[in-house]
Amino acid sequence: MPSILHPQTFPPSYLYRMLQPILFALLLVAAFGFFTWQVRKIRANILVGRDRDMSGHAAERFQKTLLVAFGQQKMFKRMTPALLHLVVYVGFLVINIEVLEIVVDGLFGTHRFLSFLGPVYSLLMATNEVLGALVIIAVAAFWWRRNRKPPLKRFSGPELRAWPKMDANIILYVEVILMVALFTMNTSDLKLHQLRGENLPGAFPISSLLMGLLPANAGMLEIMERVGWWAHITGILLFLNYLPSSKHFHIIMAFPNVWYSRLVPQGQFSNVESITNEVKAMMDPSFVVPPAPTAPDGSALAPTPFGAKDVDDLPWTNLLNAYSCTECGRCTSVCPANLTGKLLSPRKIIMDTRDRMEEKYNSPLIFRPNLYGEEAKHEPITDLMEATLLRGKVTPEELWACTTCNACVESCPVNINPLESIIEMRRFLVLEESAAPNSLNVMFSNIENNGAPWAFSPSDRFNWADDLFAVEKAVKVAVS
Amino acid sequence: MTVLDNPSFMTPEAPTKKQINVPVMADLAARNESPEILFWVGCAGAFDDRYKRVTRAFVRILDHVGTKYAVLGLEESCTGDPAKRAGNEFLFQMQAMQNITTLNGYGIKKIVTACPHCFNTIKNEYPALGGDYEVIHHSTYLQQLINEGKVGVTGGESFKGRRITFHDSCYLGRANNIYEAPRDVLAALDADLVEMKRSRANGLCCGAGGAQMWKEAEPGKKEINIERTEEALATLSGKADALANLTGVETETSAPGPHDLQGSIIAVSCPFCMTMMSDGVKNKEQESKVQVFDLAELVASAEGINA
Repeated sequence: MPSILHPQTFPPSYLYRMLQPILFALLLVAAFGFFTWQVRKIRANILVGRDRDMSGHAAERFQKTLLVAFGQQKMFKRMTPALLHLVVYVGFLVINIEVLEIVVDGLFGTHRFLSFLGPVYSLLMATNEVLGALVIIAVAAFWWRRNRKPPLKRFSGPELRAWPKMDANIILYVEVILMVALFTMNTSDLKLHQLRGENLPGAFPISSLLMGLLPANAGMLEIMERVGWWAHITGILLFLNYLPSSKHFHIIMAFPNVWYSRLVPQGQFSNVESITNEVKAMMDPSFVVPPAPTAPDGSALAPTPFGAKDVDDLPWTNLLNAYSCTECGRCTSVCPANLTGKLLSPRKIIMDTRDRMEEKYNSPLIFRPNLYGEEAKHEPITDLMEATLLRGKVTPEELWACTTCNACVESCPVNINPLESIIEMRRFLVLEESAAPNSLNVMFSNIENNGAPWAFSPSDRFNWADDLFAVEKAVKVAVS
Repeated sequence: MTVLDNPSFMTPEAPTKKQINVPVMADLAARNESPEILFWVGCAGAFDDRYKRVTRAFVRILDHVGTKYAVLGLEESCTGDPAKRAGNEFLFQMQAMQNITTLNGYGIKKIVTACPHCFNTIKNEYPALGGDYEVIHHSTYLQQLINEGKVGVTGGESFKGRRITFHDSCYLGRANNIYEAPRDVLAALDADLVEMKRSRANGLCCGAGGAQMWKEAEPGKKEINIERTEEALATLSGKADALANLTGVETETSAPGPHDLQGSIIAVSCPFCMTMMSDGVKNKEQESKVQVFDLAELVASAEGINA
């Protein structure tokens, strides 16, 4: 097995070779341990949501996940961001093959253990390098779209200040740092081998251009190679543990979120089973209302409200939605209410849902909602009774501005459904608080009394057919 | 059009008018008959003066092609759509179960409606409450009649060369993925069809869905129907720069050439879109030039059966 460091140029390398596997193993265990701990908190947050059976239809779900999540089908409605995103996405997938190599090298003291693949290894390294360079370009473009004055419209808005704005930039900076570490590692390794007159396995189209920038000093190059190697893998593991606090968590959550997306037509709103039972009992006295669900010990459960006041009233899929959102704002940019200056922003409702979960239940390692500080999108809530999702974060004015047009649902690249949450909160306002706008209450009573949403007499319903004349015309017979 | 193509050449007398007595389901049931389709009129189709004209046009078409149809008449009641979108699930289910009782009582199998909201509600939300029917929106039904050759869209008003843009209804389009049927119907008119930038799955709502029809809009900069009407008018007149000024339009496709608005048509397939787009055209003071029509009105008019 080739040694990592050359003993003549780097005397303490024996000690290093002894320590590296131990340090590396500790780092891996700590990183994955922390990540698991954070993911369990988030899983618990999602599971406070109401039950909803999303089992079955595996073939259809698989196909949807393949197209929408893996294939990024919905991203391609907007070409420029789709191509930029594709570069970073493919870069993420391919460069992670190299992470596998780094893990093996780190634990077993090998150097570039995948190099036995020969020409395949050359192809892999060359692809990595080209993608790495493209990622830096794409990230620069992303940064410009967000930070130019004024930024792209969907990257502004009241919900995208403070932490969400900083979060977006942190992600971009980290991605550049990771790529710089990768190129430092490759370039110094390449130059080191060249100095020694050896041949480094693999092909490095970008690093071979960068070699001139590095000193022709073997000791320095060895250190730089190791620094690049450690920086790349440590950066990735730190980034992994940053994800649960970040919108960037979508790189993981997009997949389960698409898998569990609704398969029914977008116009179909959920049915409220408990109301169905009540209405059936009213219309048919012989109907037996099924017994209310009980706790495992047989005691009665507290009745659940109609609709949603807080995050635990929403179906768990809507909470999963909140953790899958990368705050891209496609939903808000096509929302007719938002476009015409109303307060409603579908993205804000999804972000509020995640903030509220972390305020009420578990917070991940880094981010806590109070990090919004003075630039918070909400006035700080002092009355804790009012600190629910509805009113505490989402105002009725936002909810009543929705036309239920499904543009937000259609636009989301990872199948998030803000409309469902809006309707659940409207249900709470109407059924639990009788807090509909007055004009809607008038509409309700018209339906109750006249069977129509307008104040017309039901006896006039068939007047349209009076004095209905048509021109007599023979039906066209198709000539065969 | 040559003289031989003109049906009036074959029957030189003035066209004869006939009265249509719309068949009511209760009467059919009393005679132990069942219709091929039930025409669900909807509240707007029954009460809104503008949309009553659409209902009447569609009935003329049904009568003309000889479909055995019926309506519920006074037995029809609101599907509950506005209540459900506004969050009043209780009222929705009361309405739904009442209607399902009526429909199931008559053994209805197939329903056609000219309202995308009724269509969506009956098709997607009634099954969970015991109402399973084949539900067809009138745009699909008209498309079938044209494809089968039962409606030739000839013999009446010619739309050849008239500029028409179709405004997608959310509850037909995104809600139920019906984009082509209304366009196929319009294509049969041989008109000059132009597409708005925001069309099909990217169509912009007229502003009336989700029970907005019955309330004032929340405070904002603009009414949604004005935003949409501006887009429609800019598309019809081929003013590309006007289009570029609209908010939210990110895609750049070639705009149609400059065109006089006179005689242009905004085609709709929904009673609420009809109201919102008509109001928008009036707000822009273009009602003398641009008309808003439903698909059924255009077809009946092209077929020459309006009286």
